[in-house]
Amino acid sequence: MEYFYYPGCSLKGTGASYEKSLLEVFALLGIPMKELPDWNCCGATSYMSIDEEVALAMAARNLAIAEENGRDVIAPCSACYMVLRKTQKYMKEYAHIRQSILNALKKAGLTYHGDRVRIRHPLDVLVNDVGIAEIRKRVQRSLNGVRVFPYYGCLIVRPKNGFDHATYPTSMDRLLEALGCEVIDHPLKTKCCGGSLTGTLEEVGMRLVYILLKEAKKRGSHAIATVCPLCQFNLDAYQEKVEKIYSESLGIPVMYFTQLLGYALGAEDSHLGLEQHIVPVQEVFEMVR
Amino acid sequence: MAGRNGDLPRIGVYVCHCGTNIGGKVNVPEVVAFARTLPNVVVAREYKYMCSDPGQLLIKEDIQKLNINRVIVASCSPHLHEHTFRKATLEGGQNPYLFHMANIREHVSWVTDDPEKATEKAKAIIEAAVYRIQFHEPLESKQVPVNPDVLIVGGGIAGITAALTLANAGKKVYLVERESSIGGHMAKFDKTFPTLDCASCILTPKMTAVKDHPNIQLITYAEVLEVDGYVGNFTVKVKKKPRYVIEDRCIGCYVCVENCVYKTPKYPSEFDEGIGLRKPIYIPFPQAVPLVAVIDPETCIEFKSGRCPKKCQQACREVVGRDAIDFTQKEEILEIQVGAIVLATGFQTFDASRIPEYGYGRYPNVYTSLEIERLVNSSGPTGGEIVLRDGRKPRSVGIIHCVGSRDRNFNPWCSRVCCMYSLKLAHLVRERTGAEVYNFYIDMRTPGKGYEEFYEKLLHEGVHFIRGKVAEVTDWTINPEEAGRLVIRVEDSLIGVVRRIPVDMVILSVGLEPRADAEELRRLFNISCSAEGWFLERHPKLAPVSTYTDGVFIAGACQGPKDIPDTVAQAGAAAGEVLSLVDRGFIELEPNIAVIDARKCSGCHVCIALCPYSAISFNETENVAQINEALCKGCGVCVGACPSRAIHQQLFKDEQIMAEIEGLLMVE
Repeated sequence: MEYFYYPGCSLKGTGASYEKSLLEVFALLGIPMKELPDWNCCGATSYMSIDEEVALAMAARNLAIAEENGRDVIAPCSACYMVLRKTQKYMKEYAHIRQSILNALKKAGLTYHGDRVRIRHPLDVLVNDVGIAEIRKRVQRSLNGVRVFPYYGCLIVRPKNGFDHATYPTSMDRLLEALGCEVIDHPLKTKCCGGSLTGTLEEVGMRLVYILLKEAKKRGSHAIATVCPLCQFNLDAYQEKVEKIYSESLGIPVMYFTQLLGYALGAEDSHLGLEQHIVPVQEVFEMVR
Repeated sequence: MAGRNGDLPRIGVYVCHCGTNIGGKVNVPEVVAFARTLPNVVVAREYKYMCSDPGQLLIKEDIQKLNINRVIVASCSPHLHEHTFRKATLEGGQNPYLFHMANIREHVSWVTDDPEKATEKAKAIIEAAVYRIQFHEPLESKQVPVNPDVLIVGGGIAGITAALTLANAGKKVYLVERESSIGGHMAKFDKTFPTLDCASCILTPKMTAVKDHPNIQLITYAEVLEVDGYVGNFTVKVKKKPRYVIEDRCIGCYVCVENCVYKTPKYPSEFDEGIGLRKPIYIPFPQAVPLVAVIDPETCIEFKSGRCPKKCQQACREVVGRDAIDFTQKEEILEIQVGAIVLATGFQTFDASRIPEYGYGRYPNVYTSLEIERLVNSSGPTGGEIVLRDGRKPRSVGIIHCVGSRDRNFNPWCSRVCCMYSLKLAHLVRERTGAEVYNFYIDMRTPGKGYEEFYEKLLHEGVHFIRGKVAEVTDWTINPEEAGRLVIRVEDSLIGVVRRIPVDMVILSVGLEPRADAEELRRLFNISCSAEGWFLERHPKLAPVSTYTDGVFIAGACQGPKDIPDTVAQAGAAAGEVLSLVDRGFIELEPNIAVIDARKCSGCHVCIALCPYSAISFNETENVAQINEALCKGCGVCVGACPSRAIHQQLFKDEQIMAEIEGLLMVE
């Protein structure tokens, strides 16, 4: 099945290395995927708290376009993933919201029936459509000995009843194990990364970032693996600041799971965006080269 | 409109208010006025409670004074009071089957908010009954004898109590238990709340009494396979699993266990909830009844490879001289005949790993309450010493209440026993280790004789109580005091702050839930389950141990969570119900059975193959099918299937049903 790829704003900006590595991984695994035509903002960020219905209508426009073509949508950014699924859920469960969104779509010459399009996270597609066994077979360079701290963030597991457990997800753990990584079990898999608090309530945001980095370090991690561009950004970009606030050296590379997967599948470094991180990530791969 | 049996129908309609149950929604006076306008209705009355004596008297008097010969009561479900009103009709001097019940409570007032619609629907249902009853005929019920023997399924404290009560009354009892010993969950406990008397001291004598009772045939390591027949005359097939040890020869001397090629126990003991180990040949616990060894073929080398020196067998033969071990034993099917059945199959505990944030299965020092019962038990794997997995004594212990209970993500119900057993465990842990003990509760629920007093006692013993639902048990530690320990994160809702309590041991007070195979069992015995999966009683207040299947009774936690006193009380009640059934000596069969018109039967055999109760046979001399009245349950399958329309079902004849539908459609 061919999938639609919905990049959202992050993968075209701060999450460029996520996009690069994701496209490379899908190409290497031979999974056909093309960008959703004429996509727009998913409606996340502050829009949702200012006018929920407008935000949902924006998300629904993307769903409507995907439905016209009848394909599943891969949304790699956890915020997009959550908002698109939330929109589907609200339209299904609340008649008045559905009606108001359908009216908005109609003005744009679109309609949406629901259920025909599934919103998928690439982690879900890789683990459940491609399968861990298949990926294990395709591994060319084992990441044996690399101690990885899997970090899922809060959004990928919401709304509940997605593809993994809401407080203790395990699918990335299993995927990373298949690559040879030593996966660290820990209780902070879905604890807040600071989200937008790093820009609004800085003190709280920094503390949340620190909790995760400190725990990863304490458990002897070589790297943190994330599935979300905002988590990656918070944990990577603020390390220096957090080190200063808490007078502690951290220096933990924060990578997208697709970068680790891409490396294991034999991709060239330049195709994985490894140079685009603030805390250098290359040294992780030096260990296994 | 003349009735089938010649006389002109004279119908009495009685509409019940059922307090406000019906009267609060249905406009009863309007319905009564409407009923008076219906054909052949001689009298229509309303009454607050038709099931009361004065209510029934109305029916009897009208039959006698107004010559009423058809009675309709519009009230609750026939499940509840059909019998009551049939009896009133009979006592008034009419055949009880000239009565019909119109359900305007469960089918109307309880299921609508709209009084107008409710009133209209009540009218339609009554009109349907009026049309139908014109075609009712006098019927006679048949009596069949009752087998006085009783089957009890489940050998926990409920089954044991029911078995002893019945056996003491002189009844022959078959007690079937799935495990290799009776005793159930209670046998695993150390102390019982709130008296703190030793569970095995009070249970073991009863277990032995079961074994020694001349009227009880104990069938352990066995499961019910099939149930046939009906109240008073059940035929039950029981599968006895091979234990590879001949029960009559084994004396429970442990010589085989001592001589097993495994020098030390290696496999998790089911009885010890996996925190103790056993060998492939074992006796589950020293007080087991019957005290007979059992071999687990999954772990025994002889079964896995066929190349074991079989030292156990040799020792039994040569040292004990019993030769009780038989590796070739096969499963056995027993067939027993009984008149009544008591289901006492108990409960299972909630699987704590379903809440990963509590860390069960990930952190070794997170235990379930049942594991702790084994740990504090003097016959448990540590001899009653409370130690962590690495042998250290805990300095502080957290007990988390309501694990899986009162939680819409899992089980919405209160499991009723957890608050009290948590208090008991808190007391035992504090007494034996001196540790700080923290109870995390949502609400303390301690209704019961001496229960609240026990809670009060614990408060004075210095056990800590923190009100709040625990968010997580974590090894994410943030200061030296927490290092290397487990941290319980909780919102203390009495002081309104989020707290982190470091502890060495966590006890999860897991709730009670229906056994995983409750649905299978329900089908087997043809009873109902509540939506949650508990066996459904006939009436929640007035028939708590009966089921909708006559002759099948329930006792103990298979009906819902309950503690030992309530379980024992219910088991006694079930035994009482059984006695009142079997001591009567006979039962009356409902006449709503299928009847074959031999003149129309073409002898095609279609009905014979379809009958789910094997009630139809073929009469070779007459060349027609015939129905065994005692076996027919009135399901109607043969009636619908007969290509010659030769079968009708009493009380559900075509003309009765067609008239009912016609009446239903008359109201605009």
